[in-house]
Amino acid sequence: MTEQPAPGGTTAVDAPLVSFTGIDHAVLAKRTRRWGWVQYSSYRHAAERPFLGSSLAVALGNPILYLAAMGLGLGSIVRHDVDGVGYLWFVAPGLLVSTVVSTAAQFGTWPIFGGFKWQRTYLAAQATPLEPRQMAQGETLAITVRLLVQALLFWLLGFAFGAWPGGASLLNVPIATLAGLAMFTPLMAYAATLEEEGLQFSFVQRLIVMPMFLFAGTFFPLSVMPLSLQWIGWISPMWHGTQLARMASYGLSEPPWLVAVHLVVLVVFFVGGLWAASRTFTRRLVR
Amino acid sequence: MAVIEASDLTKTYGDFTAVDGISFEVAPGESFGLLGPNGAGKSTTMRMIGGTSLRTSGSLRVLGLDPEENGPLVRASLGVVPQQDSLDEELRARDNLIVYGRYFGLPKAYLTKKADELLEFAQLTDKAKEKVSALSGGMKRRLTIARGLVNEPRILLLDEPTTGLDPQARHILWDRLFRLKEQGVTLVVTTHFMDEAEQLCDRLIVIDHGTIVAEGSPQSLIRDYSTREVVEVRFGSTRNAAMEGPMRELADRIEVLPDRILLYAHDGEALLDEINRRGHTPLTSLVRRSSLEDVFLRLTGRTLID
Repeated sequence: MTEQPAPGGTTAVDAPLVSFTGIDHAVLAKRTRRWGWVQYSSYRHAAERPFLGSSLAVALGNPILYLAAMGLGLGSIVRHDVDGVGYLWFVAPGLLVSTVVSTAAQFGTWPIFGGFKWQRTYLAAQATPLEPRQMAQGETLAITVRLLVQALLFWLLGFAFGAWPGGASLLNVPIATLAGLAMFTPLMAYAATLEEEGLQFSFVQRLIVMPMFLFAGTFFPLSVMPLSLQWIGWISPMWHGTQLARMASYGLSEPPWLVAVHLVVLVVFFVGGLWAASRTFTRRLVR
Repeated sequence: MAVIEASDLTKTYGDFTAVDGISFEVAPGESFGLLGPNGAGKSTTMRMIGGTSLRTSGSLRVLGLDPEENGPLVRASLGVVPQQDSLDEELRARDNLIVYGRYFGLPKAYLTKKADELLEFAQLTDKAKEKVSALSGGMKRRLTIARGLVNEPRILLLDEPTTGLDPQARHILWDRLFRLKEQGVTLVVTTHFMDEAEQLCDRLIVIDHGTIVAEGSPQSLIRDYSTREVVEVRFGSTRNAAMEGPMRELADRIEVLPDRILLYAHDGEALLDEINRRGHTPLTSLVRRSSLEDVFLRLTGRTLID
């Protein structure tokens, strides 16, 4: 940069000056009020760039491993149909949904906690026109993009394994994303309340995500479980998402009231979690 | 018109009163200091100015607006350099500036140009592509200041800008900040370094336990709360206390510390001559200009604050 004369007639001699072009701060504030959540999400995208390769490897590797192990391996010895279809068709929507929901659970815990504690992302953003509520919304937007991409890759790879009976299974992508968000926003709201790093997230992983994965009707219909264990599925976004995904994929028939329950549970978790996160972010940041 | 007007500003956390009814005004283009020991309420005051800490009572106007009601608009006009760096260590130096600028809703085209200009200003052009984790403490501080300028702020808030930096890094920073002041940016600086306050501030308030204990320019504070010069004499730890009496006869105000005695005087050399003439020859002696540090210690005491 070349030297510039400073306003007021003095001339810069030893150091470059900062130019003041007359930015209208009121315009920035107005824009941020409306679009702050989108502006914030650009942070996650920038932060993600160095890890794009490994994220992609995970997003591609996961479905290959699961579909190969469960679909081809386990599927080859499951002789009779489940829900009236072959095991691979049955298990594929469940695998897609549970993979996406697991990713959402990961991103709803440590990265959020770290934003308050380690990277201090939210504390930096707090000095800008952004409101805490918009940071929570921006995180949600960023994870939505990630989950959509991950679900889409899973779906595309599924074709190579013959996991989908038809094109309607593409609906698994938005369904899995919604299920992921239903997991993400409540965890994000919780992560924002933690002041110290403890074992909470290990518990989340081992006592919530893992049992959900095993008991949420991913590998077998929930109805074959004893009633005493079926509740795990009922409170799990994974099960509700999986059932919807099965309807889209191979036409699993569910009574209309149950379809409504699946959708309502997912939307309530998602929206309620986002509302709670707006509050916990604000409480944490504005003191 | 003042760019910041605080009146009876108070902040309590439960039983603890962090800021206890302070009032001050900052004029446009001024460099204003909040000086005080740790825990005096400086950072809380800064946070209230940005609307990220809610005041308990009193009134506050920043650029004519209440930051609690118009937080986004007030912060759009502010640059903030927090006490603790909040750069993203994983991102490159230049990307830190761009991402931060995006938070303000600044367009990409503006930011790519601005980031280069600010890196130049912070003397970090050759570190543009380095991850922040690879930068030294002084570089990070300069990058944080550069980041605070991305929105062309009207007021720059600096919370202990040079704490933890070595002398070279501090002088570079002061130089940068002085340039900004020349350009008409209003600076609000908190510090507990007296030399920093003397270097940077046109006017300052000294805060202790949440209240203002003195206010004025560095020179006027020195004039009001100290003398032009200070004589420091050491008699050795065994004789130190015994010399208190004789020294008291020589100056209006003296201070007896465990290892030395401070005598406050208008003409230090003359006083030292007088000490020697009376046969109280010290082991070592020092005549120096009075500094803000003398004012500060007089006002806030010498007790260690944790």
